Amino acid sequence: MLVFVARRIALAIVVVVGVIVVTFVVAHVVPGDPAATWAGPHASAAAIARARTFLGLDRPLAVQLISYLGGIASGNWGTSIHTHLSVLSDLMTAAPASLELVITALALAIVVGIPIGLVSARRPGHAIDHLVRAGSILGISMPIFWMALILQLVFSQHLKLLPAAGEYSPGLLFTHPLVKRTGFPVIDSLLGGNLPMLGSTLTHLILPAIVVAAYPAGLIARMVRAQVLDVIGDTHILNARALGFGERQILARFAMKLAWTPVAAAIALVFGYSLVNTFLVESIFDWPGLGSYAAASISTLDTPAILGVTLFVAVAYVVANLVVDVVQAVIDPRIRLR
Amino acid sequence: MIESPTIAPPQAAVPRGRALRQGLAANPLLTVGAAIVLLIVVVAIFAPLIAPFPGDAGTATNPFEVLKAPSAAHWFGTDQVGRDIFSRVLFGARVSPVIAIIVLVIACLVGVPLGVAAGFLGGWVDELIMRVTDVFLAFPPLLLALALAAVLPASLTSVTIAIAAVWWPWYVRLIRGQAASVAGRPYVEACRALGISRLRIIFRHILPNSITPVLVQVSLDVGGVILTASALSFLGLGAQDPVPDWGLMVSEGQRYFTPDWWLVTFPGLVILMTAFAFNLLGDGLRDLLDPKRSFLL
Amino acid sequence: MTGSTGRLNISGLEISFGSRQVVSIEDLRLDHAEILGLAGESGSGKSMTTLAILGLAHTVGATVSGSIALDGQELTGLPQETLRAFRGRRIAAIFQSPSTAFNPVYRVGTVVTKALRLHGATRSEASDRAGEAMRQVLLSPDLMRRYPSQLSGGQLQRVAIALAVALRAEILLADEPTSALDVTVQAEVLDLLRDLRESIGMSILFISHDLAVVAELCDRVAVMRHGLILEQGPASQVLSAPASPYTAELLDSVPKLASAT
Repeated sequence: MLVFVARRIALAIVVVVGVIVVTFVVAHVVPGDPAATWAGPHASAAAIARARTFLGLDRPLAVQLISYLGGIASGNWGTSIHTHLSVLSDLMTAAPASLELVITALALAIVVGIPIGLVSARRPGHAIDHLVRAGSILGISMPIFWMALILQLVFSQHLKLLPAAGEYSPGLLFTHPLVKRTGFPVIDSLLGGNLPMLGSTLTHLILPAIVVAAYPAGLIARMVRAQVLDVIGDTHILNARALGFGERQILARFAMKLAWTPVAAAIALVFGYSLVNTFLVESIFDWPGLGSYAAASISTLDTPAILGVTLFVAVAYVVANLVVDVVQAVIDPRIRLR
Repeated sequence: MIESPTIAPPQAAVPRGRALRQGLAANPLLTVGAAIVLLIVVVAIFAPLIAPFPGDAGTATNPFEVLKAPSAAHWFGTDQVGRDIFSRVLFGARVSPVIAIIVLVIACLVGVPLGVAAGFLGGWVDELIMRVTDVFLAFPPLLLALALAAVLPASLTSVTIAIAAVWWPWYVRLIRGQAASVAGRPYVEACRALGISRLRIIFRHILPNSITPVLVQVSLDVGGVILTASALSFLGLGAQDPVPDWGLMVSEGQRYFTPDWWLVTFPGLVILMTAFAFNLLGDGLRDLLDPKRSFLL
Repeated sequence: MTGSTGRLNISGLEISFGSRQVVSIEDLRLDHAEILGLAGESGSGKSMTTLAILGLAHTVGATVSGSIALDGQELTGLPQETLRAFRGRRIAAIFQSPSTAFNPVYRVGTVVTKALRLHGATRSEASDRAGEAMRQVLLSPDLMRRYPSQLSGGQLQRVAIALAVALRAEILLADEPTSALDVTVQAEVLDLLRDLRESIGMSILFISHDLAVVAELCDRVAVMRHGLILEQGPASQVLSAPASPYTAELLDSVPKLASAT
């Protein structure tokens, strides 16, 4: 088991290094001059040259790469050209908002997707099955940015049920200030016993979370259905029936436990996918996460920042996959006994 | 991409004639998907003939008809420079699906040879190819495409290249598994023992028997590529005005969204419908061709 | 021959897939502490009969009519919730391929204890009875912590039998239990079945296409073909002086190394 985990970690590290190299290469294909952006719009040629030296852009590419790799390992992810702050601190500020959204969306997707997948698998070929199948395919076909706009229009503007944008009502900051501890508004308001703020953060989460949850929910429902139907004809299921277990328990326990392996893998993949999907909706919902930071970085050709965001998301993705690999091995003996 | 078809045994042939018709009859979702896809293809081909205002898909502007709500004359209303949205949407059918096809062709042209090499040759070739592939697979698809599209000049070509660069690794992994499985079979061993050239083995045995999952995956991926391309265009990294790209239309319409809902609603709805149709089609094809799951119909 | 004395009585049983009838058993009886062999080729409807007795024919899309009575109580027509109390607890089943009869992600002991608790045992009772049953089938209770992939076919089949023993089932439906096992392991499993008949008076319906095994193990034999019972009676009688030509054919095809019965 330990060997299994060690191997996976080693592999993950190799992949992360590869990711850094690829991102670095991509970012340096950039046309345009980061030094000029750093120095500002009215900088003299000398100032730009000084900026170039300061940013280390005058060294050969390979040297820049090696020093960047070393920097990453020691916690120095460079300095953002458009905020003039450390990229890592920029990421630490922006990441919690995105993560809060993604985690909520995934939780929602799991809570919705698994049961409807099971319901669909219970009566394959019936009306409810076709409905669920069509619904889940709809979920994975949804253009996220469009869904966000439409939901905003319907629920915020017309029905006035939910807030349109932001993580919480800015007015509340005066009456019930939010103390930043973890950077996650929901957790922080909980920790501070700040109930009005908690309510506000939760209602503001609803629309964006639903939008981001559409794809994962559809995917999970489909996978659960497929996996359960795959095993429903197996002898051990017949055996379970012959022992007197009810259909519901057979599906939800026995069949589902087998389904967890591929479903967990799908969840890891979808985590990375959703993290980037949030980029699309952040501008629409005024959500101060990684997406907004990425957009600003792209428009200012802020190479270190672009690198930082890409690296961060890719690493989060690799870590998520690693975690799932380990969890899979714990649940499913066939994986660790191979 | 996330759901790859199970590895099909070599006997998984495409059902023809009666079997095909039975398969279609038993799977209403597939039939619906196929019908809509056919509709889209027809629209794409005949757009200049069907569209009421074909010039609006190009540089024509109509200052007297700006931001008109949907009506009998303009089914989807008009946009901020007076162009008929319905016509632009119809011409848009030539944009997104074509990008998807080009992307997937590139992905296959790059991914299949690499995957076959990795699966059939094994050893260090396999390790090398798969490690490189793993690195690319570590990026959530949209992310790398975003990064690439951000550094290239904004255009449809850039978007196509960016997405293709992100998509090929999935095909390497897919085909490698198939190829490795086929390569391990006794009859391939026999071929090797008989001294048949490796190239010949690849073309006559490995490729034909590994290709079915690829076909299914391609049909499943079209929807995904269309969504990715429209997302990139929405962000401004792809098609530029006046190209009637659906994602671009949504993005441009955002500003006017509050009173003039039709600019955003219809192009987005069409994106949804297109992705939906291709996903239905891909799903149905998978059920049809994957013998292990044929009972899922 | 209408068995009103038998533990399990089947009469007028018809199993159909839509309009196609696959099994029609006029009369079949399983007594207390006896091993009844149900012999026939694959496709003769033996497995469908097992499913019907358990009330699970609907799971493969078949309909059942007729009478299946356990100790006088009619089983056909009972609702599924009621039937669940019978399954495992009074009528148990073991199947052909032991390696697939267990869910690969559960330890085998978990299945046993779960089944026991399903039928009313407390946690400690379940664990005790499970261990006891394992010993009865000559397996160490430690093996309960293993996963199916870590046990041999013979061991798994014995765990399957242990399930029936732990649940104190009166009837065991054994559908080709030894067909996937080596001959030596097969002999051990057969010994075990005989032992159960002696020690706890279990009634066993032993389904097999292998007449040699049937001859060795069973008290009575019924021969099945195309869903019909061609003949039934004491093993010694049916197998030495078959009434139906089909039975004679089957007997002829058995390779004779030593005298069977």
